[in-house]
Amino acid sequence: MGLAVTPIPDTSIFDLRLSRQGTRLNKMCASLCDPKNREAFKQDEEGYLARFSLTDDEKGLIRRRDFAGMIEAGMNIYFMLKVGSATGNSLYRMGAQMRGETYEQFLSTRNIKGAV
Amino acid sequence: MPSRIVAGIGLSHVPSVGPVVDRGRQADPAWRPLFDAYVPVREWLSALRPDVAVVIYNDHGAEFTFDKYPTFALGAADRYAIADEGFGTRPLPEVAGDAELSIHLCEKLIEAEFDLTVCQEMGVEHGFLVPMNLCFPHTSSGWPVKCVPLQVNVIQHPLPTARRCYRLGQALREAVSSYERDLRIVVLGTGGMSHQLQGRRFGFMNEKFDQWFLDRLEDDPETLASLSHYKIMEEAGAEAVELIMWLTMRGALSPHAKRVHRHYYAPMTTGMGLITFED
Repeated sequence: MGLAVTPIPDTSIFDLRLSRQGTRLNKMCASLCDPKNREAFKQDEEGYLARFSLTDDEKGLIRRRDFAGMIEAGMNIYFMLKVGSATGNSLYRMGAQMRGETYEQFLSTRNIKGAV
Repeated sequence: MPSRIVAGIGLSHVPSVGPVVDRGRQADPAWRPLFDAYVPVREWLSALRPDVAVVIYNDHGAEFTFDKYPTFALGAADRYAIADEGFGTRPLPEVAGDAELSIHLCEKLIEAEFDLTVCQEMGVEHGFLVPMNLCFPHTSSGWPVKCVPLQVNVIQHPLPTARRCYRLGQALREAVSSYERDLRIVVLGTGGMSHQLQGRRFGFMNEKFDQWFLDRLEDDPETLASLSHYKIMEEAGAEAVELIMWLTMRGALSPHAKRVHRHYYAPMTTGMGLITFED
């Protein structure tokens, strides 16, 4: 937030500095709102990623489906949902990974796990 | 007779509700508590005979991206397309707008020093559509009310303050009352409640905070307007900061508006709140 406050543990605040850092990643994610681009991504992920000016580290995060790393690199969570969807990872699967849990472990922590 | 605000609703806009509606799974045991809560709300809304819904919501990277990001953006169109937010375009009819009302609101709100981004084209997605699905289900002939979308930046800090959002609601009330068309308007404040969708704290919820927020929305919205973003994020999760949009709805109502319905359901990762007021 650019303010001198104690960080909230295990929490990322998407501010302008982070947003600037994540510009390339977020542009790639936003492109996935077009069904033609989603298809191109699924057909040839490497070729698709090459269309954007992503760094090798940024491409590595996507190749490894490293969702916690993507957030730290400045990808916005709502933009990450688009790359999640294109790679077959629902919000809850990405969340489980960020928590360091399996999907089943994560579901067992929920009040009503059928509401997915 | 000038226009007037007849009701306000605060409600969550959880995206997973969309596919449940589209696949007709509302009666699933895990979802039924949510959908049942809206049955009396829709009956009440029918009796109120609203003409227009002003929907205060946030986009999630479908229409607005960070190359240019408006703090407040008001739709001023006669129709709003259904946007593809990365999962396909939902099978929903286009949303009818009321451009004349929008233009009046733009003129009055900017005169009141709320320097809005005015959008003559604007696609809408789950932040807008899920509340519409719950409150104003569409039929083959479209949606039962016209809409004015009001998009708020709640995802890229710095965000407008809670008080700024509350004051925007007060200015919206003033603007509506000076519009010389006899329209009955419902204001929807959407988003939240407690949730965090990233980091190791993914899945964090806080029902105690959410119930406190609902209590204060009824009896002391001024206290909520004084909340910092930090306090909301610390108590209720980083993404719970969307709750500042409920304050715009509350600000658009009279201080003594009567609470009618209230419900809370937190099955997975978001406290899904519902509160209605009649004005």
